[in-house]
Amino acid sequence: MAATTPADARLATDMYRYSPYARGRRALVWMWDRPIARSLVRVVITIFLVTTLNFVLIRLMPGNAIDNYIAQIMNEQLLSYEDARQQASGLFNVDLKKPIHEQYFQFLGDLAHGNLGTSMLSQGTSVTSIIAAYLPWTLFTVGLGLLLSFTAGTFLGLLAAYRRDSPFDHVVSTVGSILSSIPNYITALLLVVILGTQLRILPIAEMRGSSSPGVTPGFHLEYLADILFHAVLPVTVIFIATVGHWLLSMKSATLATLEEDYVTAARARGLSDGRITTAYVGRNAVLPLVSQLAIQAGYVVGGAFFVEVILVYPGIGLRLFKSIEQRDYTVMQGIVLLLTVSVVVANLVADLAYAKLDPRIGRAGGANG
Amino acid sequence: MSVAAIARPTMRARITGPLASTADFLRLLSRKPLGMVGLAGVLFFVVLAFIVPIFVPYQDFVDVKAIYQPPSAAHPLGTDSSGRDVWNQIINGGRDILTVGLIAGFFSTLIAVTFGSLAAVVGGKLDALISGAADFWLTIPHIPIIVLLGSILKFNSIFVIAGFLALLAWAGLLRQVRAQVLSLKERDYVEAARSLDLGVFHIIFREILPNMRSYIVIHFILAMTAAIYGVAGLTILGLIPLSGQNWGLMLNFAYVRGALYFRDSLWYILSPVLAIVLFQLSLVWLASALEDIFNPRLRSSG
Repeated sequence: MAATTPADARLATDMYRYSPYARGRRALVWMWDRPIARSLVRVVITIFLVTTLNFVLIRLMPGNAIDNYIAQIMNEQLLSYEDARQQASGLFNVDLKKPIHEQYFQFLGDLAHGNLGTSMLSQGTSVTSIIAAYLPWTLFTVGLGLLLSFTAGTFLGLLAAYRRDSPFDHVVSTVGSILSSIPNYITALLLVVILGTQLRILPIAEMRGSSSPGVTPGFHLEYLADILFHAVLPVTVIFIATVGHWLLSMKSATLATLEEDYVTAARARGLSDGRITTAYVGRNAVLPLVSQLAIQAGYVVGGAFFVEVILVYPGIGLRLFKSIEQRDYTVMQGIVLLLTVSVVVANLVADLAYAKLDPRIGRAGGANG
Repeated sequence: MSVAAIARPTMRARITGPLASTADFLRLLSRKPLGMVGLAGVLFFVVLAFIVPIFVPYQDFVDVKAIYQPPSAAHPLGTDSSGRDVWNQIINGGRDILTVGLIAGFFSTLIAVTFGSLAAVVGGKLDALISGAADFWLTIPHIPIIVLLGSILKFNSIFVIAGFLALLAWAGLLRQVRAQVLSLKERDYVEAARSLDLGVFHIIFREILPNMRSYIVIHFILAMTAAIYGVAGLTILGLIPLSGQNWGLMLNFAYVRGALYFRDSLWYILSPVLAIVLFQLSLVWLASALEDIFNPRLRSSG
């Protein structure tokens, strides 16, 4: 972080007056006071721990994936143990002849270069390319679903708070609490069964996949419409599964904000209701929700696992399910790693967005929300 | 003598006795219609899952001539893809799901309450360590992790599954318990206990936690819903090799055998779906009514 403001510059020059030891310590303290630095450290530690956990699970557990694989290809291809080990080394990106700590460092080094090894089933296909083919669909549906549910949920929640204890409030809050307690895979099942099988409104079988065969990808209307057609179901499920949460959170946040002194003061100053609602109440109530949005995004990417499997939508969740069924450990490991990193990064984004939106915590201290 | 009297002002709450406080609680709850519905639903499913099976044992009677039957006197909820009675499966299919929820909810609450209050009361480096661990655990997506674990380790009993689900779900509650204890520990009676040097465990278990009972119960219920979400989802996709009978497995059969796309299977699919959804909903409504009754101020923190 470069020193940008005059205060920062003064602090930086001050530091040189002290011994190197004290200077280093002060620099650390200075860094630690930035919420951003703290979040970054947390991100690095989390990713490190998760990769280690991954390594342990694949390599060290009794009956681990590598030992299983060696035994399997020895039987299937009548290889000697040495040859089988050689092949497993290549697949899992670890040299099994080296001591365990060197294998670990090599694993970390490869990861840093984005090398996640190759698929065990379709040999020669790198895990990275598999992820690149499936991840965009998940990001697209989760992003669109969350955007819609956030917009609708915060709007309805604000309205419900303004009309507290009216019939509208009761209906909206009850429906919201029902929707938020229905598991997402149940919503997906019900949509398929009711709209597809019973009422035959939706052509469920045609809607599988990410696009129809025969439609060439590109920036033209036919392809975009086709993508949306296939994404309707997963987006709807994500919308239904998350809208209740936004609605109820926004309602309670608005109710709390309405009691604040600055709202009363704004009313006393004779500001119009519309302006108070948008600039004072709405803005402050939605603030904590924005930081939740990124965290939710990470979780929903993980939760999309169930939705994609049931709807047969080829996102990263369906690919994870397939790799589990096929015992394709390298793909499994890569996807879980990627999902974790995405959640961690989403958290970082949330922290940064919150610091940006709420001027009180942009500077030192008090970052623990 | 006088020392004990000063040190335990919380005893006063117990003078009313358990029966009187239950009556009080029901009176408060009766003002929350949704809470009453929730309580009734939870009691209904507990009786259905644990007591009714004693009188209605599981029947594995396959009748290929009577598959996908609509509801009738003989089969109140129709029959499944092999002609088995759906109502019988619903009765016998709740035990495993509820047991997993109870065990996982209990252990995740236990972990969160013990370590959360320890962190808040002791403070310092222990606090930093425990809070850091909770933050780390919160930022990991749980479903993919348990899916990965399930494919490498073998989940072959409901207790193992419940244990893993409990290990996944403690972190959020821990942070809230810690925040709650941090505010409670400034109270006079805790100060008094500390000045009498009664020890960390006495302060946590005798002074602070009795004042958080309602809070702990609410979170136990919510932890149950999270565990049931996980176990039902994983069984539906067939990722937990469970044998026997449960609502998730019924849907797994429907999913694997393509009953989803078969028009006559409506009752067979809707029955376990409704069982899961209604039980979850009852728990959530009960929890939010309890929250309204005990902590009217806490709700605003969302």
